[in-house]
Amino acid sequence: MTPLLQVRDLTKRYGARLGCGDVSFDLYPGEVMGIVGESGSGKSTLLNCLAGNQPPDEGQVIFDTRADGPVDTLTMSEPERRMLGRTDWAFVHQNARDGLRMGVSAGANVGERLMAVGARHYGDIRAQAVDWLGRVEIAEDRVDDRPRAFSGGMQQRLQIARNLVTGPRLVFMDEPTGGLDVSVQARLLDLLRGLVREMGLSAIIVTHDLAVVRLLADRLMVMKSGAVVETGLTDQVLDDPQHGYTQLLVSSVLQV
Amino acid sequence: MTAMQHDPAYNFAYLDEQTKRMIRRALLKALAIPGYQVPFASREMPMPYGWGTGGVQVTAACLTPEDRLKVIDQGADDTTNAVSIRKFFERTAGVATTEHTNEASVIQTRHRIPEAPLGAGQILVYQVPIPEPLRFLEPRETETRKMHALEEYGLMYVKLYEDIAHNGAISTAYAYPVKVEGRYVMDPSPIPKFDNPKLESGAIQLFGAGREQRIYAIPPYTQVVSLDFEDHPFEPSKADHDCDLCGCGTSYLDEVITDDAGGRMFVCSDTDFCAARQAEGHRGRLSGEDAA
Repeated sequence: MTPLLQVRDLTKRYGARLGCGDVSFDLYPGEVMGIVGESGSGKSTLLNCLAGNQPPDEGQVIFDTRADGPVDTLTMSEPERRMLGRTDWAFVHQNARDGLRMGVSAGANVGERLMAVGARHYGDIRAQAVDWLGRVEIAEDRVDDRPRAFSGGMQQRLQIARNLVTGPRLVFMDEPTGGLDVSVQARLLDLLRGLVREMGLSAIIVTHDLAVVRLLADRLMVMKSGAVVETGLTDQVLDDPQHGYTQLLVSSVLQV
Repeated sequence: MTAMQHDPAYNFAYLDEQTKRMIRRALLKALAIPGYQVPFASREMPMPYGWGTGGVQVTAACLTPEDRLKVIDQGADDTTNAVSIRKFFERTAGVATTEHTNEASVIQTRHRIPEAPLGAGQILVYQVPIPEPLRFLEPRETETRKMHALEEYGLMYVKLYEDIAHNGAISTAYAYPVKVEGRYVMDPSPIPKFDNPKLESGAIQLFGAGREQRIYAIPPYTQVVSLDFEDHPFEPSKADHDCDLCGCGTSYLDEVITDDAGGRMFVCSDTDFCAARQAEGHRGRLSGEDAA
C-alpha cells in the first residue's frame, strides 16, 4: 500500500535555533498519528511545516494525491497547494477563532469550503451545512447564528464540521481539545473518534494531552527539543516507555 | 451650455502632464486586464476624499479640449457633487459641458449608469469608494490580492449565502459583485444592481478610487456576469412604480418624500432621461402639479 503521506528529513530552523530536525515518518490511509511533547519541543512547527503553513528548510513532504499519485507538496505551485488545502487536507486550529470566520453564520462557515470548490446551488450548500452541523451535534436552529454566539466547545465542533465537509483524506489537528473543560473535551474526543473511524480519515494530531492520543491515535511520536525521541504504537509507547523523557512524560500525568 | 474660459493659471484639466501620463499608463493596463485593480499614485485633489477624487483624476487624464463632459451624481445633473465637478473642469480645462447623455463624450458618474444606452466613442468614468469586493469578508489586502491572483472566489459567494440565509433572497442591492470576462471578480462601484446588465456596453468604462489608489476598467463589449446561485438567480430590481413625472415604467426610480403626512413620489433618478421624455410629451401621475 502507498503511504498517504511520506515525510523525509524535515528540518526547520529559526536562525541558529532548531524548530524541528530530521523528522521522517510514513502515514498510511486510515491511520491516526499523535505527536506529543512539552511546550517548545517543535510539535507545532512540525505540523505547520507539514500543512504548508510554514516553509521548512530541508526535507520532503510527499502526499499521495488523487490525480497524480505521490507528489512533494513543498515543490508544488502555490495554487495547487492551496487547492489541496481546501479539498484533501483540513487543518483544525487549537483556537476555534483562528479557523472560523467569526463575522458570518455557522451555515456559511461550513458552506465556505463547498463554495470554494465550486458549489453554486444554495439549497444543496445549506442542506449539507445542516447535515454537518447535525453530525457535530449542533442543533439545526443554530445554523444562522454567528459563531460568536456559540460556546467554546460548539465553536470547536463547528470548526471540525467546516473542515470535514469536503471529505478530506488528511486532517491536521493542533491541540483540538486545548482550552476546553474536561467534560466538553470528552464529548469532543468521542465525536472525533466516531468521525475519524466512520470516514476512514488519516490524521496527525499534535497535543500535550496523553489522554487524547490514547483515545485517538494508532501511533505515537514523542518529541523533545526539536527531535523525535521515540516512536511506536500508542499503547506500546505509553505502557512501556523506553526513552527517559517519555518515561517522565507518562509519569507526570496525575492519576485520579 | 456655454463653455467657460479655461483659467490659464491651471494646467489643462488641473493635473500636471506627468501625473496624467502616469494615470494613462494605469488606465491602459487596466483596459488590457479587464477587472484587475491597477495601483496608481493617487494625488491630493482640491476636494475631500469620498467626493470623487479618483473619478476626477481619471477624467482629467482622459479629457481633451474637444471633449464634451457630462457629470452626474446618483443620476442627476443638478446635485452638489455633479455641479461642483462640472464647474471644476469648466474652469481648469475649459471643455464644453452638457447634460445630454448622447451628446457627451466623457461622462463622470457617481452611483448610476445613465438610462440612455452608451456607445462607441463614449467614456464612462466611475467614482469608486472601495474597489475591493472582498474587503468586508477578508480585511487583509495581501490575502485578497492573492485570492484574485489565484482566482479563489468562493468567499464572494459566502456573502451572497449570508444574504439568502438571513433575508430569504440576495439582498445586496448595490455594489453587486460581477465577474469580468470570466476572470476577475470586480466591485462595480455602488451602482444599483438594476444597472448591472448595462455594464456590458459599447462604451469604455473606467473606475477610479482615489483614496484607495486603484484604477480598473471594463473595455467595450466585455462580458460582465453578476454572481448568483443556481437556485437564486441574479435579478435586477427597482421600485415597483412608474415615474410620477414622465410615466416611464422601466427606468430606475428615486423615492422622494413630499410632506410629513406620508406623501411620496417616485421620479426617474436619471434627470436627463426624465426631462427628455417630458419634452416628448410623456406625462406621469403628478405632472402639472407643483411637486416640489
